[in-house]
Amino acid sequence: MKIVVCIKQVPDTNEVKLDPKTGTLIRDGVPSIINPDDKAGLEAALRLKDEFGAHITVITMGPPQATNALKEAYAMGADRVILLTDRVFAGADTLATSTTIAAALKKLDFDLVITGRQAIDGDTAQVGPQIAEHLELPQISYVSKFEHKGDHAVVKRSFEDGFQMVKVKYPCLITTLSEMNDARYMSIRGILDAHRDLEVETWTFENIEADPEKMGLKGSPTKVKKSFTKGVKSAGKVVEGTPKELATAIVDKLKEKFVI
Amino acid sequence: MNLNDYRGVLVFVEQRSNEIQNVSLELLGKGRKIADELGVSLMAVLPGYEAKKHAKLLVEYGADKVILVDDKALEIFTTEPYTQALVKVINDEKPEVVLFGATSIGRDLAPRISARLQTGLTADCTSLEVDEDRMLLMTRPAFGGNIMATIVSPDHRPQMSTVRPGVMTKLERDATRKGEIVHVDMKFEKNSQYVEVISFEQETEEKMDIQESNVLISGGRGVGSAENFSLLYDLADELSGLVSASRAAVDSGWMDHDRQVGQTGKTVRPNLYLACGISGAIQHVAGMEEADLIIAINKDKGAPIFDVSDLGIVGDVHKVLPFVIEEIKKINDSKRIED
Amino acid sequence: MTFNMTSEDLMMRDLFRKFTENEVEPIAAEIDENEEFPAETVKKMAALGMMGIPFPREYGGAGGNYFQYINLVEELAVACGTTSVVLSAHTSLCAAPIYEFGTEEQKKKYLVPLAKGEKIGAFGLTEPNAGTDASGQQTTAILEGDHYILNGSKIFITNAGYADVYIVIAMTDKSKGLKGITAFIVESGFEGFSVGKKEKKMGIRGSSTCELIFEDCKVPVENMLGGIGKGFKVAMMTLDGGRIGIAAQALGLAQGAYNETVKYVKERKQFGRTISQFQNTQFEIANMKTKIEAARLLLYSAADKKGKKLPYSQDAAMAKLFCSEVAMEVTTKAVQLHGGYGYTREYPVERMMRDAKITEIYEGTSEVQRMVISSAELK
Repeated sequence: MKIVVCIKQVPDTNEVKLDPKTGTLIRDGVPSIINPDDKAGLEAALRLKDEFGAHITVITMGPPQATNALKEAYAMGADRVILLTDRVFAGADTLATSTTIAAALKKLDFDLVITGRQAIDGDTAQVGPQIAEHLELPQISYVSKFEHKGDHAVVKRSFEDGFQMVKVKYPCLITTLSEMNDARYMSIRGILDAHRDLEVETWTFENIEADPEKMGLKGSPTKVKKSFTKGVKSAGKVVEGTPKELATAIVDKLKEKFVI
Repeated sequence: MNLNDYRGVLVFVEQRSNEIQNVSLELLGKGRKIADELGVSLMAVLPGYEAKKHAKLLVEYGADKVILVDDKALEIFTTEPYTQALVKVINDEKPEVVLFGATSIGRDLAPRISARLQTGLTADCTSLEVDEDRMLLMTRPAFGGNIMATIVSPDHRPQMSTVRPGVMTKLERDATRKGEIVHVDMKFEKNSQYVEVISFEQETEEKMDIQESNVLISGGRGVGSAENFSLLYDLADELSGLVSASRAAVDSGWMDHDRQVGQTGKTVRPNLYLACGISGAIQHVAGMEEADLIIAINKDKGAPIFDVSDLGIVGDVHKVLPFVIEEIKKINDSKRIED
Repeated sequence: MTFNMTSEDLMMRDLFRKFTENEVEPIAAEIDENEEFPAETVKKMAALGMMGIPFPREYGGAGGNYFQYINLVEELAVACGTTSVVLSAHTSLCAAPIYEFGTEEQKKKYLVPLAKGEKIGAFGLTEPNAGTDASGQQTTAILEGDHYILNGSKIFITNAGYADVYIVIAMTDKSKGLKGITAFIVESGFEGFSVGKKEKKMGIRGSSTCELIFEDCKVPVENMLGGIGKGFKVAMMTLDGGRIGIAAQALGLAQGAYNETVKYVKERKQFGRTISQFQNTQFEIANMKTKIEAARLLLYSAADKKGKKLPYSQDAAMAKLFCSEVAMEVTTKAVQLHGGYGYTREYPVERMMRDAKITEIYEGTSEVQRMVISSAELK
């Protein structure tokens, strides 16, 4: 089986804090990580490789620093990593991003494409389904379980109020949820190989066949008109005391607000 | 593309097990306002099977025109036939605005449609406005809820957006409202992009929707383990509420994702939000700050959750909650006697 | 501080920190309380290649460098002194001397499974009457045909009972003094070898510390390590390397206690203010931080020299001396700043303080380190 996993390097938004005085973002020192939903997708691919044997290509679109995310993927067990990077790709919205990635995927052989459901810095959940559309692949999003069954797969597709078991023939695209699995650690050897032997393939506009008018800022139908930070809500009372006193404070508040 | 060829507002109406979803009614409320400002009609498209009975309801909640696409292929949601149905309706009607609920269905379907139509799509909006040039201003949280961004689609139509459930308000139901109801007949033929739904399971009680609950007892990393959530369940039972969780607790596997509050989870607006051992990362706060009453229990006096709380309790969840449960039990018991 | 860490080192440190946070920290208090050897953690470390970081791949290692191994010892100790010393004794005191002094056959037979983490290693030098003074060895090894017959006992042996391979130092020719000492590789299953009573310790309680007993223990001649009469050199060079490991363990403990303290003083309120708002606290934090960073520089410098195969014996002694004394000082201050809570097992600083004490004692006491350091200066 040939699997392509699309990942994104994102700032760990858990580590981002707002400056309480200015309300602006403090971005300094925020570590970059593989987007959690994507990492679950990579782990799902690695498990398929462990069980059935598979060749895993990991691809990311981003600035040259995104190489680190690819090295991490390699250190976890991916076989081939590709960085899609070019000024032409920059400033892309989801549609232009998906157009670019889909053009790159057309250069690769695959039975299964995996993307994370959504990235924690954008939270759009759009790129996966849009890639599927460009490649005319069946898509299953919000996947929390994947079973390989020869020429097809049976996957668990989560909804707010339940789930479907869905049968889908290869080739197909799935988008994975972070809680699907616990991603493995990088291995020590993997880290060493990723830094000593691995040559990260870098693909630019020249390597893919796509209309430059449909990529990057130029090819993005949506534009950011403005951005702003939200105001900070003023804090209420903070109390300390014995557990019993604290419990009483809670219960009093609930009575006061007619919750009980 | 001539932008003036596109007129009207279209809302995708989501049904599950042939029941209209609340978010769709919220969108009709917002869509009505936008349509009125633009001086155009509000259309509701309902793909489903034997769903005709709902058409009147959609009119009563604000639609001028209800477009029914009724076919066995649309009974249960799958991406491809739904995409075909929506793309046909959009191509026929040429609306300037198309709205979807930002649900696990809307967020699967809308991007597929946007790619097929080669138009823009803005995800998970929390505010929609129209400017003097008829342009839709779509505002959404970005960067983990740290910033808000207003997105526009200047040169492409329709302007498409998924809208976060629970944010817009539906109109008062008005049984006197009149509207047109039309059927669109389509042939659905299986292609390589079809998938086959083998089974569907509705999850009961345990998977109840936290967005519907008036009381949420929410746990974070500070709860410590899945087992420790039992205290939260006990309290939720006493208060007829549900248990929810922060991303940290969900990522640790202590709670299902559908119970997650925050940027990557759900936005909730309960009467009471009791945050237990949740530090209050900005993206968590983004999902719960609209709650009427926020009480937070945290060991760390400096926890940012206290900045958005009406009452902050500096203490150990495991020590404080048993007393709270005990007191509320007493109160509940005494009420029962009064009855 | 990142010293001269490369992106490879930094990625590895990320892994060490994640591993420590997810796998080591959650059970640290428990293995201390129950005096339980962290066997499961060792298995997980083996699977990731952590039991043989600095050894070449042809010998089962990961092919990393010495600094990376030292960094792992440090990061493990941030949460758990026990896990840290299990790795350090295994790698520095058993796998390393086999790599340094072993024959090709010995490396294939013993280093490969050790580096892969399939087997655990230990080192036996100390005896009831030969601790700091290694020359007082009373364990004897007498050649009989193609075997040596070992008799005697070793005490305070880390990983004893759980280890499969032991480096044992014994006297082959008493008349030759230090030149009559020889090192042997002993397998746990060898006839006449047994593990005696387990010590009840103040700290690093999850690590196993026992007596080794040799009663006519038959060790094949080919298991002699480093040649006849070379045992003292093997032991001393092994201890030089081991000291860097202990220094890293000590530094990690100091760092862990420091991290806990910073968290605590920002939380804990007295007299209406968090205690971090008192100048005494602020100054203590400044002192702790400065000492930790100074210790780290000494440690990384020693590790760097060893990695580059430069003379490092004195550097190792200075790193071990300074890091262990900083560990004791910082963990003690940490307990103090935690007040009454710091003395309870509800907070980890109490354990860290107990764990820190041993770093001033084993693999050469602070006094021995001072002897090593000054002897190089005053010769």
